[in-house]
Amino acid sequence: MSQEAISIRVNGEPRRVRRGMSVAELACELGLVPAKIAVERNREIVPRSTLADIAVEDGDEYEIVTFVGGG
Amino acid sequence: MDDQWTVAGRTFTSRLIVGTGKYRSFEENAAAVEASGAEIVTVAVRRVNISDPGQPLLTDHIDPKRYTYLPNTAGCFTAEEAVRTLRLAREAGGWDLVKLEVLGEAKTLYPDMRETLKATEMLAKDGFKPMVYCVDDPIAAKQLEEAGAVAVMPLGAPIGSGLGIQNRVTIRLIVEGASVPVIVDAGVGTASDAAIAMELGCDGVLMNTAIAEARKPIAMARAMKAAVAAGRLAYLAGRMGKRRYADPSSPLAGLI
Repeated sequence: MSQEAISIRVNGEPRRVRRGMSVAELACELGLVPAKIAVERNREIVPRSTLADIAVEDGDEYEIVTFVGGG
Repeated sequence: MDDQWTVAGRTFTSRLIVGTGKYRSFEENAAAVEASGAEIVTVAVRRVNISDPGQPLLTDHIDPKRYTYLPNTAGCFTAEEAVRTLRLAREAGGWDLVKLEVLGEAKTLYPDMRETLKATEMLAKDGFKPMVYCVDDPIAAKQLEEAGAVAVMPLGAPIGSGLGIQNRVTIRLIVEGASVPVIVDAGVGTASDAAIAMELGCDGVLMNTAIAEARKPIAMARAMKAAVAAGRLAYLAGRMGKRRYADPSSPLAGLI
């Protein structure tokens, strides 16, 4: 298991994270509760049930959203 | 007397749908929603705050188990952006009932009907039940219905303007021609505006700013609830015909 860091983007911001982590682990590291968010990885939805199964890879681009007030 | 309405197979009692934007606090927002009696609330989909993930969330104050969340596509100017946003919303909440709005320009927030129609088709094909914000045009409303809209939601006036129902004729024509629910979305400023929409035969009214920007939002939410109910009752009761001149209410016979 390598501990080297990889580069990704989360909501447009560059970020360095540990290689080999899952998307669920990424969400937890960001302080987010998976039940309250939706994740898009490289423009594809990551179903909540698979967040723990998908590995974060170098160069990945994530959009993580939630519900806010709106009309 | 039961007077419920149904959209995409889901039945509701309240004919008032309220937004959750522009409130001073989550507490005030939650109290206003409660006072309005609404069963459906609109919500937006936005990036999470990564720099401060501990911030309270809308879902902590307005319970998605109690209220039907209607995710919107506010801020989207193309069909693709709108569909992408609603796919994320569906994943975040698991709902297929959504509010589609594709805007044409920032100044008027008028809908872009070409993109709106395209997005409606894309969403219907993808299993969504889109309630669609649109121009107050009876032909466009029918086209949306044919494309898969489960409700058509013509504007009464520009979003956030509070100018009231600008064209009663086109709203009435949309109601007469529609076989899906018609909801006036946008333009309501005060209680009488909501009553007018209901008196025209609309199935419901959707508003945000009229409540959120009132001096006392919770009191205005109560007023809107009463206005929607009154307008609906008046529509069902059937208003009197209009006359050009006076007609006395007291009998002429028996005058001293």
